[in-house]
Amino acid sequence: MSARVLVGVKRVIDYAVKIRVKPDHTGVVTDGVKHSMNPFCEIAVEEAVKLKEKKFVKEVVAVSCGPQQVQETIRTALAMGADRGIHVEVSGKDYETLGPLQVSKILAALAKKEQADLIILGKQAIDDDCNQTGQMTAALLDWPQGTFASEVNIEADMLKVVREVDGGLETIKIKLPAVVTADLRLNTPRYATLPNIMKAKKKKIANVKPADLGVDMSSRLEVLKNIEEADAGGAVQTNTEGLSSLVMEQTLRPVKSGSAPSPIQTRPM
Amino acid sequence: MFPACRYSLQARRCVGALKAVQAEHVAPQVYSTRSSSSTVPRITTHYTVCPRDKDPRWEGVEMERFADEADVVIVGGGPAGLSAAIRLKQLASQHEKELRVCVVEKASQIGAHTLSGACLEPTALSELIPDWKERGAPLNTPVTEDKFSILTEKYRIPVPILPGLPMNNHGNYLVRLGHFVRWLGEQAEEMGVELYPGYAAAEVLFHEDGSVKGIATNDVGIAKDGSPKDVFERGMELHAKVTLFGEGCHGHLAKQLYKQFNLRENCEPQTYAIGLKELWVIDEKKWHPGRAEHSVGWPLNRNTYGGSFLYHLNEGEPLVALGFVVGLDYTNPYLSPFREFQRWKHHPSVMSTLEGGNRIAYGARALNEGGVQSIPKLTFPGGMLIGCSPGFMNVPKIKGTHTAMKSGMLAAESAFSKITDENLQSETAGLYIPEYEEAFKKSWIWKELYSVRNIRPSFHSYFGLYGGMVYTGIFYWILRGKEPWTLKHNGLDSAQLKPAKDCTTIEYPKPDGKISFDLLSSVALSGTNHEHDQPPHLTLKDDSVPVAQNLGIYDGPEQRFCPAGVYEYVPVETGDGMRLQINAQNCVHCKTCDIKDPSQNINWVVPEGSGGPAYNGM
Repeated sequence: MSARVLVGVKRVIDYAVKIRVKPDHTGVVTDGVKHSMNPFCEIAVEEAVKLKEKKFVKEVVAVSCGPQQVQETIRTALAMGADRGIHVEVSGKDYETLGPLQVSKILAALAKKEQADLIILGKQAIDDDCNQTGQMTAALLDWPQGTFASEVNIEADMLKVVREVDGGLETIKIKLPAVVTADLRLNTPRYATLPNIMKAKKKKIANVKPADLGVDMSSRLEVLKNIEEADAGGAVQTNTEGLSSLVMEQTLRPVKSGSAPSPIQTRPM
Repeated sequence: MFPACRYSLQARRCVGALKAVQAEHVAPQVYSTRSSSSTVPRITTHYTVCPRDKDPRWEGVEMERFADEADVVIVGGGPAGLSAAIRLKQLASQHEKELRVCVVEKASQIGAHTLSGACLEPTALSELIPDWKERGAPLNTPVTEDKFSILTEKYRIPVPILPGLPMNNHGNYLVRLGHFVRWLGEQAEEMGVELYPGYAAAEVLFHEDGSVKGIATNDVGIAKDGSPKDVFERGMELHAKVTLFGEGCHGHLAKQLYKQFNLRENCEPQTYAIGLKELWVIDEKKWHPGRAEHSVGWPLNRNTYGGSFLYHLNEGEPLVALGFVVGLDYTNPYLSPFREFQRWKHHPSVMSTLEGGNRIAYGARALNEGGVQSIPKLTFPGGMLIGCSPGFMNVPKIKGTHTAMKSGMLAAESAFSKITDENLQSETAGLYIPEYEEAFKKSWIWKELYSVRNIRPSFHSYFGLYGGMVYTGIFYWILRGKEPWTLKHNGLDSAQLKPAKDCTTIEYPKPDGKISFDLLSSVALSGTNHEHDQPPHLTLKDDSVPVAQNLGIYDGPEQRFCPAGVYEYVPVETGDGMRLQINAQNCVHCKTCDIKDPSQNINWVVPEGSGGPAYNGM
């Protein structure tokens, strides 16, 4: 197969770091804080590279939206096996209001431009927990979607996706081109080893602006306030176990009714 | 991976146990209390203790490593390592030569494992980068006020800091060292240094003639029980003409090198202290940017070396950096440096600053206090030691960053001339550069450290703290360290603990959650984390020693001196007795356990790279 895969990777605050809300409540402190690739995006990159190794896919392109620092995240994806990267430059006010709507518009435009056959994304980001980008991208492109994937197989020109749903596992067959979002048990991401990081320095990362893709970056959401989770009156949980319990706690956290537009959530601590 | 082998190992143990019971005709309860190695639960699985070449689980696993060549490899991206890298590149561009310089650093980003007070003397920085101010170095808080106190339980006795005393900070800057190191990293990258954060140097490589060939980074993808996972990958080898080791205080590779090259045969053992630190955002009315406060005395007794610092930083918000240092030659195994720190914060003079404030960061690190008496041989074929690893801290000034940076610069200068000398006939494959040690002895580092060499040892008399202060007043302030004698230290810190039965327990107050805090919430603030499924990197040479000796004789001091709660003695699941539980994920890489373990059974090795604390400007 000569398919091309687009993988979206997001640079987020590392899951083990304690989040601090800015004194003026406009957001969280990010300067100097340890960032890493969103764990679900790592799984997505691993799946894309596995498909390339199985020869189902010819080229893996890693995409990230954000300021200069996201290039580190793209380099990590390149070190894991992606062939080239695309850095969509978004900074300043646009970056503060960047959300699934804008990213999905960008990915849809890139998919058309790069003639991608498959888009693999993480199911959600651990900073905003939106779980929307994959679904929105598929809708904008009018492509089928296989979300919460715990297994992906290519059969002829169809994709067989096993999805993790509330009732158990659901297997669907969708036509390519399609959007797949990765869930926790899809695979175990490989390490980005030092020789691969050194090789990745030679791989190309193209710079693109959202305006070049004809994407309108204005946001439909306005964040009013961010407050510490303890002040919000929710339950504070200590998490030291690892990713699976982190996911468990996210699904078990009670939903607050009648609250203001969702602030950037502080993860369970 | 090889379940058949594992099953038969367990089966063999059961059969052996049965045979022992049958032979001895003893009741099962008595057997279980007999201490034999088969009843001690397995703790250490790291390959440095359990070799892989005979391990059946590793049969057939590809162990070949990818190798690359550089001119100079530097282990450790701290002030010393980065200064050396920058100096090398400066010389290279000055002399129009090409030099490949690689820096490997175990932290996920440069500065994430850096922790210090810190009060920086800008002498070395101005030599290295004279236009540091224009380049935006984060030295934002010049010291405007020095306060020194002796504390009693309720009161504060002010001590005047006259010019000439080592604690006088005129001309120095209060910095967030992590941010400064991050800035140094940016300067280095601009000059073409290859920085590789997230990769730890795990092994020293040697040529056939015994000289150092370079280093190998850590393997990844080994499971907690020591077996290879699907994602197992070998580390990479970086070969160099000369390797600079700047691992910071008590580096684990340096520990190996001391033995390998006998570098410590003509110096005293290094003595250390542990420094614990917190960052607080305080009430603006209590904030005095530029003020550096130090104290000695309460809560430590006069024979336990230590003291506190509290620096008011000027970085946008009302931030203070405060911390507590305890000399690791303390004798009472019931002492907990963490809890002394938390207790000290309740002193009225400290509470008045912290009340109404918010703690935003926590961390800890060992620091060296040995001075010139403890400096080992600095060069060996193929390598050199720089920074706090050999240890150049000026103890009464409590500053080691400027000397670490200068040592890196000196190492770079001596290495550069040797590497670029086309006519060099080296006896060994790895370059031997004794010029570094000669330059060091002629430099201002040596002069400075020599003049304060007797201050720390002067605390070892019966008069403890007060004897030390009197000595400092007379011999340093008046005579500038010119006395003809050199006092000795007391020997290894690990040998100083008295048995628990000869000591009294210390009743520490409970943390109140506003000024003082418990250990686990503090560790969470350090942002430390490690890949859960890997062999614990706190390795024990002998798994049976902790319960038999550390717990038996000293009541498990590691439960108290570890600032991250890594060590816990818990009851065994079945039967009587305790076992040591190692929570390796909590480790903040302070190295205190390796230093203070009375049995010297703990050997800290480097975990998978990018694990460890996530300090932000500590």
